[in-house]
Amino acid sequence: MGMTLTEKILARHAGLARVEPGQIINAKVDLVLANELSAAVAIGVMRKIKGASRVFDPSRIALVADHFVPAKDAQSAGLARLMKEFAIEQGIEHFFDVGRGGIEHVVLPEEGLVAPGELIVGGDSHTCTYGAFGAFATGMGSTDIAAAFVLGEVWLKAPASIKIVYEGTPGPLVYAKDIMLRTVGELGIDGATYRAIEYHGSTVDELSITGRITMANMAIEAGAKNGIFHADAKTIAYVTERTDRPFVVERADVDAVYERTIAIDIGGLEPQVACPHTPDNVHPISEVTREDLPVDQVFIGSCTNGYIDDLRVVAKILDGKRIASNLRVIVNPGSQKVWMQAAQEGILTTLAAAGCAVNTPGCGACFGGHMGTLGDGERAISTTNRNYVGRMGSPKAEIYLASPATCAASAITGRITDPRVVEMAGV
Amino acid sequence: MEPTLRGRAHKYGKNVDTDVIIPGKYCNIIDHAELGKHALEGLDPEYTSRMSAGDIIVAETNFGCGSSREVAPIAIKASGTAAVIAKSFARIFYRNALNIGLPIFESAEAVDGIESGDEIVVEPASGIVRNITRGTEYRSAEFPPFMRALIDAGGLVPYVEERLAKNAAT
Repeated sequence: MGMTLTEKILARHAGLARVEPGQIINAKVDLVLANELSAAVAIGVMRKIKGASRVFDPSRIALVADHFVPAKDAQSAGLARLMKEFAIEQGIEHFFDVGRGGIEHVVLPEEGLVAPGELIVGGDSHTCTYGAFGAFATGMGSTDIAAAFVLGEVWLKAPASIKIVYEGTPGPLVYAKDIMLRTVGELGIDGATYRAIEYHGSTVDELSITGRITMANMAIEAGAKNGIFHADAKTIAYVTERTDRPFVVERADVDAVYERTIAIDIGGLEPQVACPHTPDNVHPISEVTREDLPVDQVFIGSCTNGYIDDLRVVAKILDGKRIASNLRVIVNPGSQKVWMQAAQEGILTTLAAAGCAVNTPGCGACFGGHMGTLGDGERAISTTNRNYVGRMGSPKAEIYLASPATCAASAITGRITDPRVVEMAGV
Repeated sequence: MEPTLRGRAHKYGKNVDTDVIIPGKYCNIIDHAELGKHALEGLDPEYTSRMSAGDIIVAETNFGCGSSREVAPIAIKASGTAAVIAKSFARIFYRNALNIGLPIFESAEAVDGIESGDEIVVEPASGIVRNITRGTEYRSAEFPPFMRALIDAGGLVPYVEERLAKNAAT
């Protein structure tokens, strides 16, 4: 009996010939990640562990200040400082302060810190993003991260895998975000709890790396432990441009056992929207626009859709136009590198000329931290990953999740809009 | 042996997510008591003023879904809440609760048999849940042996200390 891709990576990191779903293992980690919020708590826990004065390997730890940067207040500045001092004390070179990093999940792949076959844990639920590269990656809380800091290993319950096979070519203005929203809608927000999602099919083979990032990123929105793609020539090219570290490309066995297999046809898929207040409340755009839904804020960014490809899509739609009156558009390039690339391509100028506010890279607006918080009674359409009550600020606000194209189209009209209509009409 | 828990039930629905357990704007707070003041604020702003120390949160499926913020179970614990009984828990919340010592119990029957205001007794070691108000008794799901050992050891920190000591000896 064969193994799934997740089982293979777990077995190798646990020093075992094979693992079965449900089996509890101790696995060596290749990289441990934390941001200033999870790190601050983890550092506090580590200080309490008797016999733990040093991290297991400073080169295998990444610390990124991204949630409340630039510091929202003195308290947030204190957390970032605590993390910086820890990095200096422990000799952690992969420390990214504001201005040199960006959103952790955008930064790590850019810096070559993620490669196929690796096992990565992070103090952030969207750590599952690195499954885009054929790595096993999962989010944990700060106590688990403190344990990983000192031991260089974690205990894990090997998850059963759900295989999702995507076939068909997405139509115009339909993106990976739409495919993943459709997937979360199909699975439900607890549909993959304790499970691995393994993405297959010709549709995802054709996807760009950033498209796969968007999809792996939102595996957690179905409750999954991890979401994973097979590394291919595109993955290997991306990774080897950024690191010369050796890595192992694993493949699921042909006789691997999946808990279930789901087929999703992308051929006729419309742009999708997750309506308030859960990410699985997903409907095709044609259904959503039956109701007139004016918006107060459009947000473009996050570890889901803050990549250069996303900004190119938005800039193409907004080029030479003005956003609707009575609404604001906030754009957060995902990282300093994305910001610079967008600047070089003239994208930031295009967006600013259209009336968008361009922020410093960071997580702030997505989780209701700062720099784009919603007020009572406001409605937003956003490229982010969660729309729970109060996620982006007021518990009395409404959040709709969609692709960068759908968000850009909505910015022009001032209401939730099908991007295909805007593009065809040349509005 | 863990002491018996006794308190009034506060019942909520499914998918109680970490954003309503402790909204993002509070995630830069380190002080546990301060976090405790905001427990469940996004879902039930009156919770902390209405509840008494030792009370128990009862919820439907997928409690704690969403982010990995460890301040979510910390806030619940620091509010004085003694335990959470749910039909199921989201994965990261489950791990975090065990790691920080917030007692959690899984039992669909108990959740169906409890209403807000009922007086509840839980025996953590056996997982038995008694509804004193209604005179009913339920048994929650047993923890897998590895997690039971973690709980009995006092959480993840003693477990790590033991492993470090073992590594140092070899």
